[in-house]
Amino acid sequence: MFSNLSSRDWTMFLIFSGVVLAAPVLFQPIGAAYPAILQKFCIFGLFAIGFNILFGLTGYLSFGHAAFLGVGSYAAVWSFKLFTMNVVPAVILAIIFAGFFAAVIGFISLRRSGIYFSIITLAFAQMSYNLAYSVLTPLTNGETGLQLSLNDPRVIDHMFIEPGAGLPRTNFFGIDVSGGGLSGFYFTAVLLIIGFYISMRIFRSPFGLQLKAIKSNQNRMRYTGYNTRPYLIAAFVISGVYAGLAGALMACTDPLAGAERMQWTASGEVVLMTILGGVGTLVGPVIGAAVIKYFENIFSSFNDNTLNQFYSFLPEPVREAFVTVSGLFVGEGWSLTLGVVFMLIVIFLPGGIMEGVRRIASLFKGGNKGDGNAAVSGHPQAAE
Amino acid sequence: MTTAEKNIVLHVADVNKSFGGLRALTEVNLKVEEGKVHAIIGPNGAGKSTLLNVCIGRIRPDNGHVLFNGQVLDEHEPHEINQLGVSRVFQTPEIFADLTLLDNVMIPAFAKRDGAFKFNAVRAVAAEKSVRDEAEYVLQDVGLYERRFDLAGALSRGDKRRLELGMCLIQKPKLLLLDEPTAGMARHDTNMTIDLLKRIKSRGMTKVIIEHDMHVVFSLADKISVLAQGKIIAEGLPDEVRGSPKVKEAYLGEAHQ
Repeated sequence: MFSNLSSRDWTMFLIFSGVVLAAPVLFQPIGAAYPAILQKFCIFGLFAIGFNILFGLTGYLSFGHAAFLGVGSYAAVWSFKLFTMNVVPAVILAIIFAGFFAAVIGFISLRRSGIYFSIITLAFAQMSYNLAYSVLTPLTNGETGLQLSLNDPRVIDHMFIEPGAGLPRTNFFGIDVSGGGLSGFYFTAVLLIIGFYISMRIFRSPFGLQLKAIKSNQNRMRYTGYNTRPYLIAAFVISGVYAGLAGALMACTDPLAGAERMQWTASGEVVLMTILGGVGTLVGPVIGAAVIKYFENIFSSFNDNTLNQFYSFLPEPVREAFVTVSGLFVGEGWSLTLGVVFMLIVIFLPGGIMEGVRRIASLFKGGNKGDGNAAVSGHPQAAE
Repeated sequence: MTTAEKNIVLHVADVNKSFGGLRALTEVNLKVEEGKVHAIIGPNGAGKSTLLNVCIGRIRPDNGHVLFNGQVLDEHEPHEINQLGVSRVFQTPEIFADLTLLDNVMIPAFAKRDGAFKFNAVRAVAAEKSVRDEAEYVLQDVGLYERRFDLAGALSRGDKRRLELGMCLIQKPKLLLLDEPTAGMARHDTNMTIDLLKRIKSRGMTKVIIEHDMHVVFSLADKISVLAQGKIIAEGLPDEVRGSPKVKEAYLGEAHQ
């Protein structure tokens, strides 16, 4: 199980794990070291890693992945309501339901490719979103969203402990993992690292290679003896499971599931994350997720006061002009900044942030490269 | 000429195919004997590529059948046909342009080993030593071993064809279909490809080859069929075909100008 990966991959894995585990210290300078946002980085990181297994490897652009996120959330909250506040059954249930849901949607939508595939997945996600608001209200509690209540059965918990006065909190065998706590962050962080490891194994396996080949030339795959459909469905289910896991973790931080998690904006967001970070790279999607969540949470909290402080070295009239102009890009306008950054990256670095990293790395290696070129091009999809 | 029927690997029986009003193939009959190199020649638009497309399941015949070792091919999906032992080199190379040469050759090897679908996500590609060795051997065979870590898209057209040939060879097909394997190649590359095809001739693989270049055809073929306007107009040993006035009129004449 632990063999077969090159030392290069191990180095990458160890650095990744190190950065994730040390995040509460490392991210202090950029003001993103508090557990709540770190947890968001991890959850959306997982979502994007899974999405990248489908989009990055096979090239099939799903525009409905938020549906699986929503299913995962609902499944997890139901597990909290019916069985126990322990997160383990919730995560397992979410994975099973999201996987099943993905198998059904994948089976139908993978009959088509390209833009048609994207549209079918989008239609499914919007359908799920609207059903959650209307027909499925008994399951989803409609607009209010599915929440915990004091008279939930919680059969397993009630066998062992007396219910307390308030609403119970999510736990991992007694350790509180609900939002805002460091233990909650480490629970999601460990799952992110496991998810990253699995994705790395998939990238390096014959299965991963076959998926890349489907992206490269599906015709040749068929005339080479592959029935590509089961491969695509497998990739679709795996990425759906990742999304379900991410949805479950959202429910773990805050035991509430609403239909808006399935909306097309949420599906679009994961596409942005993956493209921003680097499609088909291993760490890119996680970085993309972190960058977008950083903008959403940190940039949006800047106001004129913070800007005034930032420009305090400038004389009064100049400062005012600066504050007015940059005020457009922060606070409410954070999405403007994100849009600009996204455009710049897609135009100048089509391979996303990871392409930038690679370019910088090759600048440093520069002179003493020699025949290193062949080795580099030998791993076109590799990401350091 | 009347060899026992059981030695027929590929039997195209009364195949018709029209595209709209255009009759691409009319009552085509073709028998390819085991272990032989069977060339199909004919002017542009004669229906040669259509014939190969029918054989690999890319298009279905309007009527008639294609039999491979007695099995009806035209009821199968392309991947099933390949699994039965039919591989094809296309006229425009169909390769995995953004993967390395080594990966390009390993993928067909996995297909051969694992069948149409096997979920192979636990072991790493790097650990598949035997497949890798085999792929490296084939790359040496087609003369691309030194470039095995390059991206296939960076190859010249001639090299792409040889890579594609390697991708077919690693599957050890019973029947290899070659659609103009030397088209657009310089003389030097053409000769290299002829040498390569001669070398693999001894491996007992049956080959059907479509070719424009008469130099290639006459240095390789055991038997030649001439296709013109969707019909087989002549068939026989290379010397017989060369002498046939009908063929000269339809094809060789213009090619020899």
